[in-house]
Amino acid sequence: MGGLLEAIRLIITLDSALFEIVGLSLRVSGTALLFSILIGIPLGAVLGMSRFLGRKMVVALLYTGMGFPPVVVGLFVYLMLSRSGPLGQLDSPLIPALFTPAAMVAAQTIISFPLVAGFTMAAVMGVDPHLRQQVQALGATKWQTTMAVLSEARVGVIVAIIAGFGAIISEVGAVMMVGGNIEHSTRVLTTAIVLETRKGNFDLAVAIGVVLLGLAFITNAAVLGLQGRTFDE
Amino acid sequence: MNDFIYRLQNVAKDYDGRRVLQVDNLKIGRGEIFGLVGPSGAGKSTLLRLFNFLESPTTGRIRFLDAEFGANQPMPLAYRRRVTTVFQRPVLLNRSVRSNVSYGLRLRGQRNADRRVEAALEQVGLQQLMRQRARTLSGGEAQRVALARAIALQPDVLLLDEPTANLDPYNIGLIEEIVQTLNQERGTTVVLVTHNVFQAKRMAHRVAFLLDGQMVEDAGVERFFDAPQDPRTAAFVRGEMVY
Repeated sequence: MGGLLEAIRLIITLDSALFEIVGLSLRVSGTALLFSILIGIPLGAVLGMSRFLGRKMVVALLYTGMGFPPVVVGLFVYLMLSRSGPLGQLDSPLIPALFTPAAMVAAQTIISFPLVAGFTMAAVMGVDPHLRQQVQALGATKWQTTMAVLSEARVGVIVAIIAGFGAIISEVGAVMMVGGNIEHSTRVLTTAIVLETRKGNFDLAVAIGVVLLGLAFITNAAVLGLQGRTFDE
Repeated sequence: MNDFIYRLQNVAKDYDGRRVLQVDNLKIGRGEIFGLVGPSGAGKSTLLRLFNFLESPTTGRIRFLDAEFGANQPMPLAYRRRVTTVFQRPVLLNRSVRSNVSYGLRLRGQRNADRRVEAALEQVGLQQLMRQRARTLSGGEAQRVALARAIALQPDVLLLDEPTANLDPYNIGLIEEIVQTLNQERGTTVVLVTHNVFQAKRMAHRVAFLLDGQMVEDAGVERFFDAPQDPRTAAFVRGEMVY
């Protein structure tokens, strides 16, 4: 109960520390989600619509990726980006440094894109296979055909995006590992909950948890709203 | 003036090494209704997919207007878009009726085609359902929307693949009438695939009988039904099994 009241107080008073953390959480997970969409939807569409040698192998890898423990992804990205790691060594401006929001985005993209791709593939495969022939007969190009199939699969594609977002806004392992929970720099909602719990500030931890839940709810409700009438059928 | 819109020469189609269609010579006249009959599995739908350039022939050439279509010779999009098919099962998009009918036009970048969409819906007698979701239509209505979607494109060639196979007599009558009107008023060339010889007799100017991927006979409608040259055609026309 104390946590809920604390949450309300923090929100009403526009607590700057809280809003900084919320802002970073949304920025990091939002950017990672954007990358996941850019990679995952085309990948899912290709896997769902075409048949090629090695497709099963790619799908098996993707399914594995959908169940990746974030902390393992965090470890992997940590090792890649660390000073002595294969990518960190390059010292390139394109490679994000450890303990920065960019490194967190990289880790969360790896967690989220297999989910987006996997669910998109399933949705695309659920579309009537005759649809493609019909839209081609109506004069669609390959690109237009793909867009028509994705549009018919839109409920599933939106679920794919929601799943991708849900996985990263709520994960703690990877952001902790590669971000380091540094105040004013890489502290996000989930890592803040861990920290406040360890410090014994249970009210604050619960408050942040409530904010996180609320955030997830508002985001998903908004996406559902975008889906519009289709969902009611 | 070229009287033929399609000209097929030694066209064959294989699936997994099995020959399903072999048409040595076939011409479709501009503005005619060409009926294609035969038992299921005869290759009728395959031939129709070739006519719509959805698949390319394994060998041979299909001449369409002044363009050629072959195994390694895709049909240019502009030509492909002068032909469309209404299939046995109408596959409508999960949108409104209006949006379905305007879909083909939007593919062609024509966004302000309300008039044409409305006219097409009027032609199939469904203008009152314009705003309805396509999913809520009955089978006959859905097929008429599919037909309106094709009509809105004002194609040179309309391909019909068993368009009335699942419908009630009322809708069958309506669709046959719409197609005949389209043919008479706009001069649209129609290729009608059907296993129903009576429908072919009612609608077609010329009829061909396809059996096991081979063209058995190809004749004007009267001769095809009244004086078939091939005994297999005669048997099929009488409603007997031919295998």
